[in-house]
Amino acid sequence: MFNSTLKQLSTLLAQKKLSSVELTQSCLDRIKRLDPGLNAFLTVDAEKSLAQARVADTQITSGRAQPLTGIPVALKDIFCAKGWRTTCGSKMLANFVSPYDAHVVERLNAAGAVILGKTNMDEFAMGSSSETGFFGPVRNPWDRSRVAGGSSGGSAAAVAARMAPAAIGTDTGGSIRQPAALSGICGLKPTYGVVSRYGMVAFASSLDQGGPMAKSAEDLALMLNAMAGFDARDSTSLERPAEDFTTRLLDKPATADRARPLAGLRIGVPKEYFGDGLASDVAAAVDAALVQLEKLGALRVAISLPNSGLSVPAYYVIAPAEASSNLSRFDGVRYGYRAAEYADLADMYAKSRAQGFGAEVKRRILIGTYVLSHGYYDAYYLKAQKIRRLIAQDFAEAYRNCDLIAGPTSPSVAFALGAMSSDPVQMYLNDIYTTAANLAGLPALSIPCGFGEGGMPVGLQLVGDYFAEARMLGAAHQYQLATDWHLRQPAGTE
Amino acid sequence: MSLTLPEVKRVAWLARIEITDAEAAAAQGHLNGIFKLIEQMQTVDTEGVEPMAHGQDVVQRLRDDVVTETDRHALYQAIAPQVENGLYLVPKVLE
Repeated sequence: MFNSTLKQLSTLLAQKKLSSVELTQSCLDRIKRLDPGLNAFLTVDAEKSLAQARVADTQITSGRAQPLTGIPVALKDIFCAKGWRTTCGSKMLANFVSPYDAHVVERLNAAGAVILGKTNMDEFAMGSSSETGFFGPVRNPWDRSRVAGGSSGGSAAAVAARMAPAAIGTDTGGSIRQPAALSGICGLKPTYGVVSRYGMVAFASSLDQGGPMAKSAEDLALMLNAMAGFDARDSTSLERPAEDFTTRLLDKPATADRARPLAGLRIGVPKEYFGDGLASDVAAAVDAALVQLEKLGALRVAISLPNSGLSVPAYYVIAPAEASSNLSRFDGVRYGYRAAEYADLADMYAKSRAQGFGAEVKRRILIGTYVLSHGYYDAYYLKAQKIRRLIAQDFAEAYRNCDLIAGPTSPSVAFALGAMSSDPVQMYLNDIYTTAANLAGLPALSIPCGFGEGGMPVGLQLVGDYFAEARMLGAAHQYQLATDWHLRQPAGTE
Repeated sequence: MSLTLPEVKRVAWLARIEITDAEAAAAQGHLNGIFKLIEQMQTVDTEGVEPMAHGQDVVQRLRDDVVTETDRHALYQAIAPQVENGLYLVPKVLE
């Protein structure tokens, strides 16, 4: 049952071979058994989850089931859910119980999904290893001495260890895709504006995007169907007709040659993603995946994204700048942590923020404050916004000759806990292949494509043009019909 | 470029984060390493390039000028550190 797809679970629920209460209880049992060694969950509330499951069972009985009705879903602890503690991995919000639901949570609730719990993460989603959070690091289910990736590491580990059938995360510079790759699962960052940011604790608002994390491309599509949609409360939410992201998941493609379901699909391979800095084990697994895609009929096209080397520098100006502005709301007045002792109002702000934020969050607030300060705005923030345009133009140029872009998600497999904690720059370079999609606002996903050093999973990244999610999921689905990397489960999580 | 220790302390003050001398010294090393990475931006000529803030270059949406918010102040103040008579309490600002 724990390796079942969402569609299989939905069928079992519809046929009454399984109730949502039984399914939810068995997930809770697995969390109790497996999570003490992983630290993927920050909050579990069996009563709340089971109450939702009972409602779902009633809906199923009365014939009102939707595709996700009764399916337990884990939420990254950045999503506000009414009555649930929502910490964002920070001491600042350690006791914050959300008075409202995020738009995505409203939608999942309306779709009949069961909230299984809140997952661990880097503090305020700032990190690539899920080690910067106040509640301790997430451990990788494939090797507990290694990181699960970040910042959505708890959601990734929850799905990888089969504690949750699916989860949701957020991706500002790779925070869905990189932990998905390092933990051997699938994750999708949609086109910027497809999923509402309302009720997602803000990090860098022009880059933040919520998305699904699951075991297969098909499951991602079902999750995205429930998550996506216009929301007037997010000023950058896009108004477009509802889209069914499962339309390209063809089990029996209608092309003339069924052995070549991807015939006609041009896959661009950027030379810049295979240079220095890419570990050889990751390169080998990604290359094998490209060969497999060719076997399925895809045409491999050599492309260039000349400004991709500038994406990390530009990202680490824009993201901290926006973060320093967004996190100014944490002042110890309306909600969140307030220092116990202080001399006056200014001292209360400074002490509450000094004690409530961790080292990485403070570092990024300082970078952001500096680059936005008088005399530096043009040299840093404006310059980065111009480079952002160049990066987007690189992609636009590339998509004249290809339909999707493929490459590695991360330069290496999961590294040891603590290995990069003392060197922020080295940690930031983990985002070298992922930040460009955020800067350009493009959809991107990661799927498992093999194993590297130490038997650790490797992720294949697909980046599409704006609104190409269905096409990307279709290609990933064909790859997963022909391979079984996504079905592998970490030892010790049976 | 590199930040001096007084500059690090000034930025921390601007960000309203109390910082000790030891923390400022540690932050100085990390920040200068990060700014070295950021300086790579200067290797490309961006003369005449339009800055980009959104992938679709959308414009800000406007709504009708009507009341849309309901009164939820009691709900929201229930999670505040200190409230009295419906007001958030902070240290005295004016003598």
